[in-house]
Amino acid sequence: MTDVELTTKKDWVSDQEVRWCPGCGDYGILTAIQMLLPEFGNRREDTVFISGIGCAARFPYYMNTYGIHSIHGRSPAIASGLALARRDLDVWVVGGDGDMLSIGGNHLIHALRRNINLTILLFNNRIYGLTKGQYSPTSEEGKVTKSSPMGSIDHPFNPISLALGAEASFVARTHDLDRKHMMEMMRKAHEHKGSGLVEIYQNCNVFNNGAYNEITKRDARAEMIIELRHGEPVRFGAEGEHGVVIDRGVASIVEVADVGLDALVVHNESEPDPSVAFALSRLALDMSSPTPMGVFREVERPEYGHELDGQVARARAEKGEGDLESVLRSQHTWQVD
Amino acid sequence: MTDTDERTSEIQEVERIIVRFAGDSGDGMQLAGDRFTAASAMFGNDLATLPEYPAEIRAPAGTLAGVSAFQVHIADHDISTPGDSPSVLVAMNPAALMGELPKLEEHGTIIINTDAFDERNLQKAGYESNPLEDDSLAGYSVISAAMTDMTKEACKELGVKPRDAERSKNFFALGMVSWLYSRPTDPTVDWIQSKFKGKDLVIAANEAAFRAGNVFAENADLWASRRIVRPAVLPAGTYTNINGNTALSWGLLAASKQAGLPLFLGSYPITPASDILHELAKHRNFGVRTFQAEDEIAAVGAALGASYGGHIGLTTTSGPGLALKSETIGLAVSLEIPLVIVDVQRGGPSTGLPTKTEASDLLMAFYGRHGEAPLPVVCANTPADCFFAAIEATRIAVEYRTPVILLSDGYLGNGTEPWKLPNVDDLPEIHVEFLEGPNHVNEDGEEEFLPYLRDDTLSRPWILPGTTGLAHRVGGIEKDITGNISYDPANHEYMVRTRAAHIAKIADSIPEIEPKGDADGDIVVVGWGSTYGPITAAVGRMRRKGAKVAHIHLRHLNPFPPNLGELLKSFDQVIVPEMNLGQLARLIRADFLVDAKSISKITGQPFTPAELVERIEEAVND
Repeated sequence: MTDVELTTKKDWVSDQEVRWCPGCGDYGILTAIQMLLPEFGNRREDTVFISGIGCAARFPYYMNTYGIHSIHGRSPAIASGLALARRDLDVWVVGGDGDMLSIGGNHLIHALRRNINLTILLFNNRIYGLTKGQYSPTSEEGKVTKSSPMGSIDHPFNPISLALGAEASFVARTHDLDRKHMMEMMRKAHEHKGSGLVEIYQNCNVFNNGAYNEITKRDARAEMIIELRHGEPVRFGAEGEHGVVIDRGVASIVEVADVGLDALVVHNESEPDPSVAFALSRLALDMSSPTPMGVFREVERPEYGHELDGQVARARAEKGEGDLESVLRSQHTWQVD
Repeated sequence: MTDTDERTSEIQEVERIIVRFAGDSGDGMQLAGDRFTAASAMFGNDLATLPEYPAEIRAPAGTLAGVSAFQVHIADHDISTPGDSPSVLVAMNPAALMGELPKLEEHGTIIINTDAFDERNLQKAGYESNPLEDDSLAGYSVISAAMTDMTKEACKELGVKPRDAERSKNFFALGMVSWLYSRPTDPTVDWIQSKFKGKDLVIAANEAAFRAGNVFAENADLWASRRIVRPAVLPAGTYTNINGNTALSWGLLAASKQAGLPLFLGSYPITPASDILHELAKHRNFGVRTFQAEDEIAAVGAALGASYGGHIGLTTTSGPGLALKSETIGLAVSLEIPLVIVDVQRGGPSTGLPTKTEASDLLMAFYGRHGEAPLPVVCANTPADCFFAAIEATRIAVEYRTPVILLSDGYLGNGTEPWKLPNVDDLPEIHVEFLEGPNHVNEDGEEEFLPYLRDDTLSRPWILPGTTGLAHRVGGIEKDITGNISYDPANHEYMVRTRAAHIAKIADSIPEIEPKGDADGDIVVVGWGSTYGPITAAVGRMRRKGAKVAHIHLRHLNPFPPNLGELLKSFDQVIVPEMNLGQLARLIRADFLVDAKSISKITGQPFTPAELVERIEEAVND
């Protein structure tokens, strides 16, 4: 990735027809990435998108880069192998809530805890789209779908809480209606050394239309989006009149006028302990409560590929380049004449 | 071996001895067996070993379930199996005697640790009376020794606590057996000193116990029982005693060198395959990257990702793990990129018999994926052969851009044999080619790039991400020659048939197979994998008795060697011994319409040559 090339959005658009439903939130996310990638100065050929199965997982076909549309849930595992074998590449993982939190939940948390250099985009529409409308691991309790006609009795995952629990080194949330914010979160996740997870609230206009309307519509945002800004008190509202306090590990929403500005929690995304970030993540209780957006956590941790290559280099320095002859003779040998 | 040499002439020479060390899981029998083997290897015997241990790390002490055994066959001639019945049984406790005695040959020798034969242990083993006191062992030659007490006594002066000293009793037993079978003592003493370096008390205790056992045997007037097995005449060269898992790991290192590509192992610990992960993890200086994944699926996924990036992607597992990897292997079939999958088979189904051997994953290797998903299958036939099987599996994967399943099994993985080290300059070559630019000219005379354009072998190019001008997308959905999604019915049928033809075409690179033994006889015994040793021994015995029998042993299972069908049809009788219910026999019948007769054994133990002779004769006369 040494040759810096000047590219534009259209260089990153593949020749394949995009086949998401008209009006799908995925279009906005695709545009955001295609607009963002030229900024990095990387070659298209050094960029790889890896996905699993689901609507979101068609993503690689639409990118004029290298890509694998793999199998359900396994994209973090496949991407881990590629990112470790080829640290020169810029590896992205794209998938939905079913793909990465249900069938592939295990791979996601382990990729996050290992801190392999991957930028992971989790399109969360809280529904199974490609299989036509069953509840997902992020669907709210009571959700009536084809597979839950009497209402879902599954308790949902909060993806940010889950990622923080896995001690992910970079965790952010954004939504599909704010391209600028999406690009900002993806940019930061990409700059981060290690696994960067961006949860994107994404609208499925066919099976779960308007799920996030109460939070992400332009006129709702001031009251419903708690924007996290590093080093600043956590507050929201048109005039910044609401705020967040943390008491005994529990975050709650207060009126600034009642408690005073100094009582608000000051957001520190680089705090090594994930507890405060976790408390903030619990605020997104449902789809009609004020919801934090932005970077929850960005901390430095050793990157797995760097450590692994370090061991290879150290082994070579200590033992010399591997010599087969000496391995064959490394156990006891004897001579027959 | 100091002042005993003058009496060497009194020692009876024998062609072979089969010793079975048996005791509680915590008694150190695997170690004792392993050391006896090493000393015998250094002495120049040919040998074969069979370790058998419970799946539990510490099974209930003193019970039959907790018995751990190690059988070693040493001979003054070329042998291929751990033997039929042991001639000597070392029984460290009543459970070992109870469980293992039925295996001992008639009039065999039993070496007993009498200290363990107390009421409690006898009861746990299920003895109603003490076999040392009744006449139930009358037909055997019994050598009794109070091993625990004598070990403690030998360690008394060293400052070792009696409890710790007791743990060295396996070395006492080893010392006795070493004297009885005229093994040199130096290799064991040297090994103790290097193995426990820095732990002076442990060295002192083990060495004292070993010497005490040796001296005890000498002083106990056991001369009549003393035997010696002279060195075998083996081809000249440098030898090492190797187990299959180590040989397989080294074969992969060799394959990486031959291909000039780094190895990436994605693996999840599973018995009996974990030792390959352990061994390869030691060799980072070969550029090996071992990745202990969160599960079997992630292990193969990471390996596939690494292959896509131009490493030799490898995953190692046993049966249950192979089942979990099925879907990803299917993706590799669809992506048509190299991937090496090693299955060290064990007893199944489900958790089955984790520490026992079986060869029952053949049909899973062939067919264990949804859809038409053919892939090459190769197997290893002896512990040392695992080295060459690994190179061959990698060659096929890399040169044909396909996932390959390599079948080993628990017996090969843990069993050992002396191996004449190969010359590293003579190893097979592995050719690697990456596509570097457009590979086609279209009708308008313009250069273009087609990811699924095939070469003469029907293989598609291996294209590394990062290659200028070749950015493209691949995936598990059916695709056409561009790699892009295609739901076209005719294209799907074409792709399914082409993938099958691609794998079938690998036969072009497989040499014709030649039967051993009587190629012009009426009977052929066909095997694959670890039955190589027993079948070789059984066919040898039958031929010495005058029968005309041929032996075909397969390395390549899919595709079969090109002449296999024709060859089988030239025999009247085709007998297929397998450690499953007849999986290869079924494939042979299906592929060649040959009336193959199956011989099965599914006890978790390999065939012995004697039972195989009997069963082959039965099948022939059936």
